[in-house]
Amino acid sequence: MIETILTIVLAIISLMAAVYAVLTKKTLNAIIASGIISLLASIMFLLVSAPDVAMTEAAIGSGLTTVVFLYALKHIKDRRSTHDD
Amino acid sequence: MIKYLLIALVLIGMGWLFLPLATEYFTPTQLNNLAANYVYGSAADLNMPNAVTSVVVTYRGLDTLGEVTVLFLATAGVGFFLKRKNSIKSKRRHGSEILKSGADLLAPLIILFGIYIFTHGHLTPGGGFPGGVVLASAFLLLLMAQEHFTFSHSVIQFTESLSGIAYVFIGLAGLLLLGLNHFLDPRWLNLGQWGKLFSAGAVPLIYSFIGLKVGSEMSGMLDSLQSDGGDE
Amino acid sequence: MIILIHGLMLIIIGIWAMLTRKNLIRIIIGFAIVDTGINLVLVAIGYIKGKTAPIINDAVSTAQGAAAGMQAVDKVVDPVPSALVLTAIVIGLAVTALMLAYAIRMHKTGRSLNIDDFEEQKW
Repeated sequence: MIETILTIVLAIISLMAAVYAVLTKKTLNAIIASGIISLLASIMFLLVSAPDVAMTEAAIGSGLTTVVFLYALKHIKDRRSTHDD
Repeated sequence: MIKYLLIALVLIGMGWLFLPLATEYFTPTQLNNLAANYVYGSAADLNMPNAVTSVVVTYRGLDTLGEVTVLFLATAGVGFFLKRKNSIKSKRRHGSEILKSGADLLAPLIILFGIYIFTHGHLTPGGGFPGGVVLASAFLLLLMAQEHFTFSHSVIQFTESLSGIAYVFIGLAGLLLLGLNHFLDPRWLNLGQWGKLFSAGAVPLIYSFIGLKVGSEMSGMLDSLQSDGGDE
Repeated sequence: MIILIHGLMLIIIGIWAMLTRKNLIRIIIGFAIVDTGINLVLVAIGYIKGKTAPIINDAVSTAQGAAAGMQAVDKVVDPVPSALVLTAIVIGLAVTALMLAYAIRMHKTGRSLNIDDFEEQKW
C-alpha cells in the first residue's frame, strides 16, 4: 500500500518536472528538470526491483547526463558572449 | 495554428496507440519460459548469483559486444566533432576550495568503489556498465576541481583498445577451448565456489574489461566535451 | 502498472517537446525524456508483483548451484528487461552526448541554435 502511494507521488512530481522542462523559458532550468526526472526514475527502478538498473540510472541519468548538457550549454554561452555581441 | 493542430493530433494518436499497452496489460504471476531458463541456468550452469549479469554477459553476450561497439562509435563521433587544436589551451575556471579538498579526498575512494562495482558484478547488483560510469565520474570530479588536471589521451586510448581486444579474445577462448557454439561462453575457466569473487568462470574478467572500456570511453568523451571545441 | 502508464506519459511529453521546441538543446532534452520513459516501460513490463530482484542470495534460497536455481525461479522478477535497459541507459548517454556535439558544431558554423535558421536541409 505504502509503495503504491510512494509511486503515485513520485510519478506526479516527475510528470510535473517533465511538463516544466518543456514549458520553461530558460534552458538551464529545463536541464535541471530533466535531471530530476532521471533521479525519480531511478527510485522507480528500485521499486520494480531492478537494483542494477537503478544504480546505472542514478549514476548516468542524474549525474553524467546533466553534466554533459551543462558543458554543451557552457560552450554555446561562451561563444555567444564573445562573438555575437 | 494548423501546425499546433497537427502536433496535437499526432500526440493524441500516439496516446491512442499506447492505450492498449496500458489497458490490456495483465500482471503476470510467474516467469515466462525464457526468463525461467535464464534464472535457472544462471545458478545451475554458470554458478552465478546475479541473473542480470548472466543475461548481459553470457546469454546475450553478443548483444553486449554490439552495444560496446555502438558506444565506441558514439564516443568516437563526439571526439571527431569536438576535435581541439593542441595549440589552444582550454581555459577552465578555478575550482573552489571546498571542491578541491573534497575532490582530493573523494576521488580515490570513488575510483576504488567503481573497481569494486565492476569486479563484483556477478555477485551483487552492478557490473561493468555502472562501474565504468562511476570511474568516469571520478575523473569528472578531478576535471572540475583542478584547473591543470589533464589525463593523457594515449593512456586512455590504450586502455580502451586493450580492453576491447581482451573482451573479444576472451570470447574467442571459449570458441577455441569449448568448441563451436561457445563464443563468449565463460565456462573455460574454473567455475569456482558459489558466491566467491573468483567464481563463475571468466565473467569477472569480461565484466572488468567492459568496465575499463566504458570508463575510459566516458572519460575521454567528457574531456572532449569540456575542452573548448577547437577553432575559434 | 502505475509506472508503466507513467513511462508512456513521459514518452508522449518528450515527443511533445521534440515537436514544439525550436531550440536544439531543448529538442535533445525531449529526447532524453523519451529515453527515460522507454526504459521505465521496459522494466515495468518485466515486473512481477511481490517478487524480489533477480539476485539469488540467502533471501531467495539457501541452497547452492542447481537447487538454488530451482528455488529462485518462483521468487524473482524477469531479468531480461533489466539486462536490456542496463546497456540501453549507457548507450542513451553516449547518443545524447553525440547529439550535443552536433548541436555545438551547428552553433559554431551557423551561429544559431534555432532549428528554423538551418534552411539548407529543408525541402
